[in-house]
Amino acid sequence: MADFEIKDLHVSVEGREILRGVSLGLSRGEVHAVMGPNGSGKSTLSNTLMGHPGYEVTAGEVLFGGRDLLELEPDERARLGVYLAFQYPTVVPGVTMANFLRTALNARRGYDGKDKSKAISPREFRALLKEPMQTLRMDDSFLSRYINEGFSGGEKKRAEILQMAVLKPEIAILDETDSGLDIDSIKFVSEAINSMRGPDLGVLIITHYTRILQFIKPDVVHVLVNGQVVRSGGSEVADALERTGYAEWADEPAAAAVSDSKEVR
Amino acid sequence: MAVVPQISVGEDYREKYGFFDPEKYVFKAKRGLSEEIVREISWMKGEPEWMTELRLRSLRIFERKAMPTWGADLSRIDFDNIFYYLKSTEKQGKSWDEVPDDIKRTFDRLGVPEAERKFLAGVAAQYESEVVYHSLHQELEKKGVVFLDTDTALREHPDLFKEYFGTIIPPADNKFSALNTAVWSGGSFIYVPKGVRVDIPLQAYFRINAENMGQFERTLIICDEGSFVHYIEGCTAPIYTTDSLHSAVVEIVVKRGARCRYTTIQNWSTNVYNLVTKRAAAYGDATMEWVDGNLGSQITMKYPSVFLMEPGAKGDVLSVAFAGRGQHQDAGGKMVHVAPYTTSTITSKSISKAGGRTSYRGLVKVHPNCHDVKSFVKCDALLLDDESISDTYPYIECDEPQVNLAHEATVSKVSDEQLFYLQSRGIPQAEAETMIVNGFIEPFTKELPLEYAVELNRLIQLEMEGSVG
Repeated sequence: MADFEIKDLHVSVEGREILRGVSLGLSRGEVHAVMGPNGSGKSTLSNTLMGHPGYEVTAGEVLFGGRDLLELEPDERARLGVYLAFQYPTVVPGVTMANFLRTALNARRGYDGKDKSKAISPREFRALLKEPMQTLRMDDSFLSRYINEGFSGGEKKRAEILQMAVLKPEIAILDETDSGLDIDSIKFVSEAINSMRGPDLGVLIITHYTRILQFIKPDVVHVLVNGQVVRSGGSEVADALERTGYAEWADEPAAAAVSDSKEVR
Repeated sequence: MAVVPQISVGEDYREKYGFFDPEKYVFKAKRGLSEEIVREISWMKGEPEWMTELRLRSLRIFERKAMPTWGADLSRIDFDNIFYYLKSTEKQGKSWDEVPDDIKRTFDRLGVPEAERKFLAGVAAQYESEVVYHSLHQELEKKGVVFLDTDTALREHPDLFKEYFGTIIPPADNKFSALNTAVWSGGSFIYVPKGVRVDIPLQAYFRINAENMGQFERTLIICDEGSFVHYIEGCTAPIYTTDSLHSAVVEIVVKRGARCRYTTIQNWSTNVYNLVTKRAAAYGDATMEWVDGNLGSQITMKYPSVFLMEPGAKGDVLSVAFAGRGQHQDAGGKMVHVAPYTTSTITSKSISKAGGRTSYRGLVKVHPNCHDVKSFVKCDALLLDDESISDTYPYIECDEPQVNLAHEATVSKVSDEQLFYLQSRGIPQAEAETMIVNGFIEPFTKELPLEYAVELNRLIQLEMEGSVG
């Protein structure tokens, strides 16, 4: 069994079934891509895995570290080592990125405001941020800005990856991290993610387009169409999609081009 | 952790600030209000004839004026049940050793002497009706800065006092300014000479200890040309089941090119009616800033005002209100433009929780011929649950076409998306909510001296913890 096992997951949003029995297994050390056209259920999958309250799980389970994730609050999942890089990160006015990162890191380390020895020291915090901020080309002024407030699309995505670098998850779900990124940003972001790859990290890249997969090579590619995984395989699956798009499943709704050459976002 | 714990609200209020000492006094007026009581207060203080007369005249105005009904519900105030004057000690201390032990212990528990040692240039501590302790850094004294309790100022600076007292807020301004003028006691008197900058804040701490007490401090601040001062006030009281009344009057004169900042962290216990009139007159190129935080009290009605008297004058109100169960914070600000080329901003942030109610009430008034006036009003309300209430009463009266006035208002709830985002990073829900609330009032917090900002965030956290589970 894989470290992170999604089993027959059914999810509804406002009474409508979006995921109709998704199963896949991801282990640490691996990178999987979930590809699918618009409306296939990609965002539903990522939000459900993290525990967004707007998604109703009607059947299935998600096993990680011997527990069913679906029974846990989002913050409990995060502290277990699950991370979601958001497609549309939320603005939180008045809370600085530095405060946010420190609070999140302390939570991950089990600091509950009492045992000070568990809290990260300012020096340690600085040291931890230095390298990923360099890789992501972010300067110090970023830390005193409020969470995602006034961030450009690229800054938001880079901030998501910075948080990932700081929190060091075991399973990272990247929800359309490549969308809205210019070519430079996509390079920095990929570079940062690649530098985190290793035996302790499993990555689930959720994407419409193949572009990011040129920078981060997946071990396994799953094709999600209409709420079900219709094919899984090696990187050749992505190559095939690059050529033919989702046309093979054209009778399914919202099949669309895969190559990002037409992307206008 | 910071050392200024006087602004706590919520769960630990009873333990930290809600305690009371056995009542000891050298003089206590009998319950209720009458000409006799007013004469007695004036006689006790050995005041000049003109002040006694002013008090009596104000009493008649108070009796004549109807209770205001346009704001919070004041119908349950029983003026006959209140003690209007209580003197706890004969003499005012210049060092804490001179303050009676039990009173000193109270201020110790509230962290006042410690704050004084660490980051204040001068401190006044008022207990019931009288200021029991007063200090000012020597170098400021040498520069001619006057920082006294208002009673002493009347004795020692009679001319300066008479020139300004009651000129910014006359007794007849409203029912409670009349009441204050009739029975006022204590408060701060500050004079900053021309060009003198008081770079470290001065602080006053107001403490009510006795039950059914009325506290009526009177503050007068005069910033002479080109000067600067930052004055901070804090206040707490024990928790009683019956009501107390705090009704202060604060008058400020900011002369040409001067700047005054007045910061309030109001944290009365929830049995206190807090009905305060605060007003400043700002002259040419002068700046007046009210930083007004209201966390405690049962009912607060307070609208710090600036009269912009000459071109270049600038007025600023930054107001935060937090209303929990049974509380109504009716707060806001007033900007009265009586000269051209004047600017004002009012920023109001309110948080309502557990059925509490916050109201923003504000007025921007532009007199005829006051062209090139700019004014910006922004009020944001945050509701933490469905039973809490927020309302907004923004008034604009403008008699001049060539002005630039803007008003923005928002009401929001802690959003699911924000909570989910913070929780997805491992931050538990209660902590995430606190972060969002503290972020919401960040524009206020960042204007506070660091020690107060840290403490305020901690207090919000305590309050929020009380709201979960």
